[in-house]
Amino acid sequence: MEPTLKIEHLTIDLPEGADRPHAIRDVSLALYPGRTLCIVGESGSGKSMSANAVMGLLPKGVTVGSGHILFEGRDITHLTEEQFQDLRGAGIGMIFQEPMTALNPLMKIGAQIAEVFEAHGRLTPPERAARALDLLREVGIPDPERAQFAYPFQLSGGQRQRVVIAMALALEPKVLIADEPTTALDVTTQAQILRLIKDLQVKHGMAVMFVTHDFGVVSEIADDVAVIELGELVEQGPASKVLVNPDHPYTRRLLDAIPKVEFHETPAKEVPLLRVRDLVKEFRTGDRVVRASDHVSIDLMRGETLGIVGESGSGKSTLGRAIVQLIKPDSGTIEMDGQDISRLRGAALKAHRKKIQMIFQDPYASLNPRARIGRILTEGPMAHGKSRAEAYARARELLVLVGLKDSAMDRFPHEFSGGQRQRIGIARALALDPEIIVADEAVSALDVSVQAQVLDLLEDLKTRLGLTMIFVTHDLRVAGKICDRIAVMQHGKIVEIGAAEQVFRHPREEYTRNLLDAAPGLELQ
Amino acid sequence: MDFWRRFASNRGGVIGLVLLVIIVAVAATAPLLFPNNPWKMVSRPFLPPFENMKFILGTDTVGRDVAAGLAHGARVSLLVGLVSTVAALLIGIPMGALAGYFGGRVDDALMRITEFFQTVPSFALAIVIVAIFQPSVVSITLAIGIVSWPPVARLVRGEVMSLRKREYVEAAILQGLSAPSIILRQVLPNAISPIIVMASLMVASAILLESSLSFLGLGDPNLMSWGYMIGAARTVIRQAWWLSFFPGVAIVLTVLALNLIGESLNDALNPRLSRRRS
Repeated sequence: MEPTLKIEHLTIDLPEGADRPHAIRDVSLALYPGRTLCIVGESGSGKSMSANAVMGLLPKGVTVGSGHILFEGRDITHLTEEQFQDLRGAGIGMIFQEPMTALNPLMKIGAQIAEVFEAHGRLTPPERAARALDLLREVGIPDPERAQFAYPFQLSGGQRQRVVIAMALALEPKVLIADEPTTALDVTTQAQILRLIKDLQVKHGMAVMFVTHDFGVVSEIADDVAVIELGELVEQGPASKVLVNPDHPYTRRLLDAIPKVEFHETPAKEVPLLRVRDLVKEFRTGDRVVRASDHVSIDLMRGETLGIVGESGSGKSTLGRAIVQLIKPDSGTIEMDGQDISRLRGAALKAHRKKIQMIFQDPYASLNPRARIGRILTEGPMAHGKSRAEAYARARELLVLVGLKDSAMDRFPHEFSGGQRQRIGIARALALDPEIIVADEAVSALDVSVQAQVLDLLEDLKTRLGLTMIFVTHDLRVAGKICDRIAVMQHGKIVEIGAAEQVFRHPREEYTRNLLDAAPGLELQ
Repeated sequence: MDFWRRFASNRGGVIGLVLLVIIVAVAATAPLLFPNNPWKMVSRPFLPPFENMKFILGTDTVGRDVAAGLAHGARVSLLVGLVSTVAALLIGIPMGALAGYFGGRVDDALMRITEFFQTVPSFALAIVIVAIFQPSVVSITLAIGIVSWPPVARLVRGEVMSLRKREYVEAAILQGLSAPSIILRQVLPNAISPIIVMASLMVASAILLESSLSFLGLGDPNLMSWGYMIGAARTVIRQAWWLSFFPGVAIVLTVLALNLIGESLNDALNPRLSRRRS
């Protein structure tokens, strides 16, 4: 069979001063009708660049150095902007990661889809509107007659992504390029979108190029897999081969790094360290009231790791942030050592703060860019009365403990990689010798191989220092790997709580079952 | 030196910097170049420029050296521009930082005060203040500072509000740091770039304000300034164009230089913004 899209020995040059000379080097790929090629790689591997090159969307300063891109036998490597405009949408469609920013916020979605036809000078205005409605129906938007007059902000994330897919499909392209289209979505929505893409592909016989970092998604959708490491294509082949029996050590390493759910026999911990009772927190925007925490009661036992999982908007972060006292609950109590810590103020609150520390989600936003690591790690202890010398000595120990060199003390955050920064964040949380650590999506922003290392580190620290941990995450694989007990949240309520093994193997609630079914590549051992 | 490279990549900024260095040099060496008091009558009145090389820019209505006036006026303009900007920053930064960090009622109270100053036309307010306190360098500088801090407070408030939600600030709260130390050590250092850019532009508008005040006769009577020179020459502008032309050019060049520098600083300090614009 002839490939629809063929990339031959493509090299994309980066501008001078970048961390490497080529975004991708000597990459050859082929997309066949009716098949899905997944391009997998970690962040910075150049996987998105290859997709952008096909669409003629390379950023300024980045150019195709050598090689060819052939679409239905025609060389499209060096088309002019006008020629690319004809090709985009009509020949090759693209869907993006962030459906909110991919849509014009001031335009009704029906009109946005119709605009695709207008841009290519096809159909008459009434026909365009009719086709837009058909497309909305095809991508499964509920109540399309009304939805066509909705603005993007009135739709949910999954619905927006459906609209973007409808736009990409409007002119029935031969090739669909999807750049991390489900990364910003919840797992159940992600599963729906993946199924939609698959269905549409079968129906239209398209070739799909699917760029992703998530091997779980790959195993769900891929026919062929290409693995890219730092711009080099290291392995390529059918999914059944690459995912099961990879040749290249890098592929094997990536596959091994996927968190595997393991249940460990741990003696049940019975001594509650922290009790949350009837916690209520509401957020108001205008006249809309969202109850992010709706009479939540939960006990945290000394020495356990409690996972709080749920989709976005389930209230899991709110619970974590209330426990560390970043937000004040509207009502309810949080008890620790016999006192309600949510009522503490002033000096008492400050003294209490050192007992509960937090590890944050974004390793790039959680460290002050203008402070050296030494200062970041010592400010807290010094505010609690440690001497400068003591605080610095402890900071050095902590850096070694989290697997960094103590020479890191004099450097700035931007000199470190994401994983290293997260280690610094962990060291900062440990600097005050807390009893409880709340990790809010602490590994969600990290690449899978780094994620595995940080999870190992956390596990190691937990046993060594006897920490009690609350692990807030949307990723069931991560929760299953590290947690003793798991609480599942939905709409501000805890719908199910139990030992990890019980929740994974014998979920009691319908919602938990749906979450588990939707989680891509979830394997129980 | 990355900063310097990005600054220099905007040619306007380099031109502005060269201009400003020349102006500062002239101002600094004015007592050496023109040791005479600029108010002193040195030649016949209305001597046109480039006729007598001793008074290259000519003389004014009563025979004072225009070149000497320009050089000494530069000192006043730069001094007033700089000091009044510092004064405005000293009022505006704390106001904005407190309003942005604490929000709620503190924010409401401080922003109402800010708006009060913003609703009064700033030049009119400056005139009133100078008139009440008698024109002198101190009262002029103070007046300019008082009328130009509200935009600073607004800018700082916005920056602080967005920085306050950063995770590193939340981490600092959890570490038990006090609010003043979080504002001073975590938040403000990260808001400094836009403040610097704004300050460079404020110096320019302060120089314009000072010139306008002097033009209206509200300058310090003991100090020669560009605005005063133009104001004094306006009645004879048809007979002696050079009397208002040269001080005018001096003001234009100084303000232009500062604006170019501000623009270039913006590119150098906020590289992401400027790249998006290009």
